[in-house]
Amino acid sequence: MDRALAVDGSVGRRFVGARRLANERGVLLGLAIVTLAFGALVGPQFFAAANLELMARQTVIVCVAALGMTMIIVSGGIDLSVGSIVALATVVTALLLRHMGPLAAAGGAVAAGALCGALNGILITRLRVVPFIVTLGTMLLVRGAAKGLADERRIEAPTTWLNDLLRTAQGGGGWLLPSGIWLTLVLAAMVAFTLDYTRFGRHLFAIGSSERTARLCGVRIDRTKLAVYICGAALAALSGVLQFSKLSVGDPTVAQGLELDVIAAVIIGGGSLLGGRGSVAGTIAGAAIMAVIQIGCSQQGLPNWVQQIVTGAIIVFAVGLDRWRQAALARP
Amino acid sequence: MRGVSRRFGATFALDGVDFAVHGGEVCALVGQNGAGKSTLMAILAGALAPDAGEMRIDGAPYAPRDPLAARRAGVAMIHQELSLAPHLTVMENIVLGAEPVRGGAGRVLAVVDRARMRETAEAALAQVGHRDIPPDQPVGDLAPAAQQLVEIARALASGCRVLVLDEPTSSLAHGDVRLLFERIARLKSQGIAIVYISHFIEEVKAVSDRFVVLRDGRNAGGGITSTTAAEDIVGLMVGRRLDGLYPRGQRTPGEVILELDGVVPGAATLALRRGEVVGIAGLIGAGRTRLLRAIFGLEPIRSGRLAVGAFTGAAEPHGRWRQAVGMLSEDRGGEGLAPGMSIADNMTLTRLSPFGPAFTVMPARQESAAAHWIDRLGIRCDSPRQAVAQLSGGNQQKVAVGRLLQHDVDVLILDEPTRGIDVVSKAQIYELIDRLVGGGTKAALLVSSYLPELLGVCDRIAVMARGRLGAARPVDEWTEHSLLMEASGAAS
Repeated sequence: MDRALAVDGSVGRRFVGARRLANERGVLLGLAIVTLAFGALVGPQFFAAANLELMARQTVIVCVAALGMTMIIVSGGIDLSVGSIVALATVVTALLLRHMGPLAAAGGAVAAGALCGALNGILITRLRVVPFIVTLGTMLLVRGAAKGLADERRIEAPTTWLNDLLRTAQGGGGWLLPSGIWLTLVLAAMVAFTLDYTRFGRHLFAIGSSERTARLCGVRIDRTKLAVYICGAALAALSGVLQFSKLSVGDPTVAQGLELDVIAAVIIGGGSLLGGRGSVAGTIAGAAIMAVIQIGCSQQGLPNWVQQIVTGAIIVFAVGLDRWRQAALARP
Repeated sequence: MRGVSRRFGATFALDGVDFAVHGGEVCALVGQNGAGKSTLMAILAGALAPDAGEMRIDGAPYAPRDPLAARRAGVAMIHQELSLAPHLTVMENIVLGAEPVRGGAGRVLAVVDRARMRETAEAALAQVGHRDIPPDQPVGDLAPAAQQLVEIARALASGCRVLVLDEPTSSLAHGDVRLLFERIARLKSQGIAIVYISHFIEEVKAVSDRFVVLRDGRNAGGGITSTTAAEDIVGLMVGRRLDGLYPRGQRTPGEVILELDGVVPGAATLALRRGEVVGIAGLIGAGRTRLLRAIFGLEPIRSGRLAVGAFTGAAEPHGRWRQAVGMLSEDRGGEGLAPGMSIADNMTLTRLSPFGPAFTVMPARQESAAAHWIDRLGIRCDSPRQAVAQLSGGNQQKVAVGRLLQHDVDVLILDEPTRGIDVVSKAQIYELIDRLVGGGTKAALLVSSYLPELLGVCDRIAVMARGRLGAARPVDEWTEHSLLMEASGAAS
């Protein structure tokens, strides 16, 4: 018996590896193609360390918010309020910096974001309104709160190390990459671990895959959903701290429509709006594809509208390809 | 309809069934759940294609490609769940899909002729004897009985000659049932052929001229309703039973582990002991599933007392699993299993704590636990990582059963555990239930619509009829006949 188990187990593990790869191969291949295409257009300087770092710095804000969105989308939900939460976080950070240290200010911003997430979660689980509608409402609500808090102005703040999170490390600044990018990588690893190797993560997949089954199996749906919206909003607020670092002011009008970039990153990365599917590696590759297009287009001297058309086409193409592949897999 | 057959996978849902109905007659189609009534009518109404056999209407060959073609040929079906557009008015619903237009038909943007629409609707309503339903009222505002009339009127307006009524009384109050029968008689006198499907023998006796019995996808008999006793119709529905399918080891009932005292929904009072299987018989819609769901915390308990061992009171499913109570859902694809998730995830979801330290879960450990049950239950699959959706029905059900075993529950709440699975998997599940309960520590509460299964597996059986659970009596005091009589209300 034990030997049979061991054999079965190893077969299972090999299968995991193959499937993971199959799930993310598409988006990684897409990233490679897009990068090589722009590399060919722009020339070898496209692959210069400074340029790659620029792209990474460009993408972290979307990336960090998209980590949270990945968890939410895996659970079958959606959060349209992340753009507003980013703006609120920049304002809160700027305001708090006047009174306390940078770490506490950033912590305060994340707490404010978590509070918004708790509001989303409570409305979704208590009122039984679909997440799309609830977060459409809180998108406006939080944006309004940010503007009110900032008195509809940009908030100046004293300069601290928070402003250096995304400063280039090309001048020989310590750790090879800007600390904001390191932060993103650590967060990505944490979220990936949470999704694949914790009870919370498995429950998220179960809820997204079939909420009724999850309920039958004793998963506490409301509690789990509340937690995921809080996590998602806290990550959005962290991305707001990075946004503040880039702007060095608190700006309540920043990140309008950012939620759509964030959702696009998750979807390009293989997430399904129906829930139950999505991965951190895919999401980051999805965000990277968009950053490469953006920077590649501007370095090639292509106007903004070309960039938008290319990004839009890639979203539709990626999702279409994915559906087609799923259907092909489902056939016996 | 002659020699009509239809297979689903390896099982024959219909095997060479003959069926005829004449104009101006009401023919009742009866049979147990799963006997093939719905499949036969789906073929007649064009929703399914037969694998073999032929159909004729008025002598002309009839092979509808879809329900619309069937409707054009004069066959209309009124389902249990009505299919009206609630926001449209009565007359809009009646002419839906065949709106009269001004000028020549066929123009895409032709203008709807509301005057003729009203005429058509009023004529159809008059035909069912109800001019008093206002054609301008939104259908959603009408009572269920009136909505049903609108649906019948719609069938008449499209020129139907064969009208199929599937359990038409299930949504009606008692007085409305009598009215419905009067209307059926009126339609009959207009020369329309009516097929009446019902579980309730007394309705069949009251409304039909002839009856046809299906059993296990075959013709089991038929006759003139007025000269056949209710018992004889039930006898034809029951038939013989398979022997040897139901192993029964030594069972010694122990202490009470699940106690219901006047639990509503279900008005249920029942004591389930360790080491026994108690079955609940009843017709679809009698409220058996609601009772099970209420026990398991999936639906609210409105009143009554419930105790699981030392625990009393209501609990969420989360709490029930902790009390070592597990439930198998009747809706395998929609609730029982998450089709997109792996076998391992589906089996271990109820309790992930053994699979890693603290709050973590190691997929490899989930998979080796699942591999154990895959081996024990003989689940045919590629690996524990395979998505459940890719398995056959029988193997899916074994995954759902495997979840109860993995959790090692003491009380197994089983809702239609063998629905839609092949006979070999059925036998394995019966054997498993027997072995588990035979150990003397576990107990099972089993809902099934398949009477031989209840009689074969259970120690005691209670019948649920019209939302009330009767007393549980030892299995040797029951026969299929008496169960069916009790469940269909014919006993009283």
